[in-house]
Amino acid sequence: MKYFLKVEKMTVGYEGKPLIQDIDLTLRQGEILTLIGPNGAGKSTILKSLTRQLKMLCGTVYIGEESLKEMSGSRLSQTMAVVLTKGIRTELMTCEDVVATGRYPYTGRFGLLSTQDRKIVSETMELVNITAIRDQDFTRISDGQRQRVLLARALCQKPQVIVLDEPTSYLDIRYKLEFLSILQRMKRERNLTVIMSLHELELAERISDQILCVNGRYVDRYGSPDEIFQEGYIKQLFSIDTGYYDEENEDIELEKAQGTPRVFIIAGGGSGRGLFRHYQRQGIPFYTGIIAENDLDYPVAKALSAKAVCTQSFEPVSDEMVHLAKELIDSCEQVICCRKDFGTGESYNRKLWEYAGSVGKQRINEMDSKG
Amino acid sequence: MEQRRKRRYFAAFTVLITGVAVFMILNICIGTVRISITDFLAVLSDPTDKTGRIIRDIRMPRTIAAMVLGGALALAGYLLQTFFHNPIAGPFVLGISSGAKMVVALVMVFLMGHAVKVSSAAMIVAAFVGAMLSMGFVLLMSRRVSSMSMLVVSGVMIGYICSAVTELVVTFAEDADIVNLHNWSRGSFSGTTWDHVLVMSVVTLVTVCVIFFLSKPLEAYQLGESYAKNMGVNIKALRVAMVILSSILSACIVAFAGPISFVGIAVPHLAKGMLKSAKPILMIPACFFGGGVFCLFCDLLARTLFAPTELSISTVTAVFGAPVVLWVMIRRNKEKNAG
Repeated sequence: MKYFLKVEKMTVGYEGKPLIQDIDLTLRQGEILTLIGPNGAGKSTILKSLTRQLKMLCGTVYIGEESLKEMSGSRLSQTMAVVLTKGIRTELMTCEDVVATGRYPYTGRFGLLSTQDRKIVSETMELVNITAIRDQDFTRISDGQRQRVLLARALCQKPQVIVLDEPTSYLDIRYKLEFLSILQRMKRERNLTVIMSLHELELAERISDQILCVNGRYVDRYGSPDEIFQEGYIKQLFSIDTGYYDEENEDIELEKAQGTPRVFIIAGGGSGRGLFRHYQRQGIPFYTGIIAENDLDYPVAKALSAKAVCTQSFEPVSDEMVHLAKELIDSCEQVICCRKDFGTGESYNRKLWEYAGSVGKQRINEMDSKG
Repeated sequence: MEQRRKRRYFAAFTVLITGVAVFMILNICIGTVRISITDFLAVLSDPTDKTGRIIRDIRMPRTIAAMVLGGALALAGYLLQTFFHNPIAGPFVLGISSGAKMVVALVMVFLMGHAVKVSSAAMIVAAFVGAMLSMGFVLLMSRRVSSMSMLVVSGVMIGYICSAVTELVVTFAEDADIVNLHNWSRGSFSGTTWDHVLVMSVVTLVTVCVIFFLSKPLEAYQLGESYAKNMGVNIKALRVAMVILSSILSACIVAFAGPISFVGIAVPHLAKGMLKSAKPILMIPACFFGGGVFCLFCDLLARTLFAPTELSISTVTAVFGAPVVLWVMIRRNKEKNAG
């Protein structure tokens, strides 16, 4: 297999002090590598070393056949382009001027643009959809537009590799999606190799061919998104101790309410999530059940309830489970039902609802109260 | 857009070059002895004429000096502003002029004490040493303080220290030297000879050409270091070049005219405003010509306003330059609050 970008035993750090050691990675042309990890874990340090902004302390990087260390400045700038959110200064520059600076490695002694350069600039602006703002001052455009201008600038450099440091961090959801879509298109159409850091795990999972997890001392994991997003891993990587992150469903919840529950919630099919979160906000602990593991309510129930009675997917609910749920109901004062109608497959929930009535618990039908 | 810009650049340079020409003629013709333009041309051809001597030996060298040194000063300011990414940097506020002045004063007093005549080359070298000395201090400070205003404050402090030392030297110098030194240390174009003009022109023009050839990497540098690096610019080499070139220019000015305030800050901003662009390839010539016009204008006022008493050139440049600096700061503050 032919690799395009190969990093061997790279050690990065500041002022001779190693921060992250022995980084190995290989990328084929047209692949997207994403760096994830907590703040200050060294994602930017790795990116800076790869772009030669920072001297790497050890190891070698090959791009194609060439060693990164031995490339001349202008050769490097024709091979690799960067998009950094911070650190670009412009004065009296229109968006078009900023994009045009991408042609720098190709212009002559005085940096004057040729007709060919101008053509590339306007084509690239077309490509990332910023032609409309070409004459606007770069400092007066929105964050989303700014990132696209910087991307266009990088693309003008006609690089084979593009390195982006948290390109989506300041963007709203619409621009995040738009920005990453452009990257994906470039990867497909131009066989562009992309290396970037992202904070949005769900987006990283969607777009990346490979993911590198950095935790501040070493590369913790490196592989395909499927290999990375395994149960419990994100919680460990980010040292999450308050709150909850579910890799499988990408569900993120705040910390559950503490205390002894006085409420039992009958949920299922996604009908209970809203109420679970409402109770979490109020700081009220609760039990819930009976929920199958493939139910939409399941990840939220698992994250927020004091105890959730759960059953395996596609298996009948055992009497034992029903019994367990009844015990929980006994310890409560209130039972809330989120189900509008009990389906034929959830007779167990109907049983629980009826049981609550027979033992004299206060029954509240959530659907009724919603009117 | 492109057309409109080109027209603007063309207009700006037309104004600047015409300004240089007009003010050069005015500076030569206006003075205690008034000379009409027809006289001026007639007088030039007759070397024995008395007015001809005034023009040739006094006004012409002085006018050329004001033009060349003004240009050098504005360009030095522009380089320093680019270097520090600081809009109010300049050789005067950063204490570089004062440093140069101090070393020149020391050398002058020392050599005069030994009855040695100071050559222009020696003056430039001494000024360059002083400029680099102050620059070294400012660079050290810039590593420790990140804010723009703190950098300027430390520059001003260095300037005060150097000025104090200079004052001390001047106070204890031989009486005969004082007049000479005193005039010079306040900043003035008076007493420029053709020899001076030759040396300063060669030094300045060579330096300006070198800077002009750096306009491409300077453009990249303006975007910020990370971007410049990615664009293949050798940042270290460029920074060293900027320090040396701006020090040479500052040294040249101080050696021949003493410290002149505000031109270095005000002119680049005025030029930028005229061009509506910060591109080095335009700004470098614009600053040079703009600085020339500005200093010609100020020197004309300095000479004529209270004639026969001559004002120091800094008095005039401050009156016109300081408001520009205030305007720049207010505008930047506004932008910061808006953005």
